[in-house]
Amino acid sequence: MIPVQMPVPPNLYALVAGAMFFIGVAGVVLRRNPLIMLMSIELMWNAANLTFMAYARAWLNNAGHIFAFLVITVAAAEAAIGLAIVVMLFRPRPQSNVDDIALLKG
Amino acid sequence: MLVFVILAVALIASALIVVTAKNPVHSVVALLANFAALAVFYLSLSAEFVAMIQIIVYSGAILILFVFVIALLGAGTTVTDLGANRLARIVTPTVIVGVLALVVLGLSLLHAPSPQGGGMLGAATVLPGGENQIAAITITPGAPGAFGSIADFGRALFTTYLLPFELTAFVLLIAVIGVVVLAGGSVQERRGKAAAREPIAKPERTMEPTR
Repeated sequence: MIPVQMPVPPNLYALVAGAMFFIGVAGVVLRRNPLIMLMSIELMWNAANLTFMAYARAWLNNAGHIFAFLVITVAAAEAAIGLAIVVMLFRPRPQSNVDDIALLKG
Repeated sequence: MLVFVILAVALIASALIVVTAKNPVHSVVALLANFAALAVFYLSLSAEFVAMIQIIVYSGAILILFVFVIALLGAGTTVTDLGANRLARIVTPTVIVGVLALVVLGLSLLHAPSPQGGGMLGAATVLPGGENQIAAITITPGAPGAFGSIADFGRALFTTYLLPFELTAFVLLIAVIGVVVLAGGSVQERRGKAAAREPIAKPERTMEPTR
């Protein structure tokens, strides 16, 4: 299926996923655009999924596939709710900075 | 290995673009590239079904949702990020902490237990001699048997993991209710809007039959 048949240790996949996860964390911490923060959260979900898939393949156990599927579902729910919140909060405002939204029931 | 390196570089680069792009539309496109690379990763891990799900659900549904929200909020909204002073103060610690955490992760992965051949988690044995294990566990493209196929996936999903599956349905139900509550506004608001519309609408309706 793939031309280069060199084996790859699964821990390398986990390392790549870790890098992706921390890039996502940095996105949430550093950016103040709510959409980009949500996308960074999606990056973190996907990093978790990549480790699931890599170790599922390494152990030949498809539990990882099932839980990656469940994570995708939960991520879809999270994205829908997060985007609904973004739309609700920022439709009446001219600029989007989450630091402007500092009040509960504001 | 070559495929792995190319995909890993694509994955990290597109993730960096997602985080650093000024324009959210650029972030969405980079995220699309990221998800596509991930799907190919999953294919190389012989998880065909999850790769398809990744493309359909993530690239097809979630990203389109993001694009819709960007369109709804309008490209004209000025995106304000942290001020230059505050950003400069935060970036360095964040990067340092991230790199440190990654180094710790890498070191701990060196000593992670490894599977011997196939089998269930219970068959795991930790080989003596730390670093040498990594050479022992490798992933070659193409898994034996039906691993990762739809039949394999579906059988596990609807037998062993039926309860998590049902719970996911519940989570989706809550998500739908939550979105309706959040984006639909409160009941009083809607009644208020309806009441405000009534007086204008009613005279027109009464005029029609008289004419």
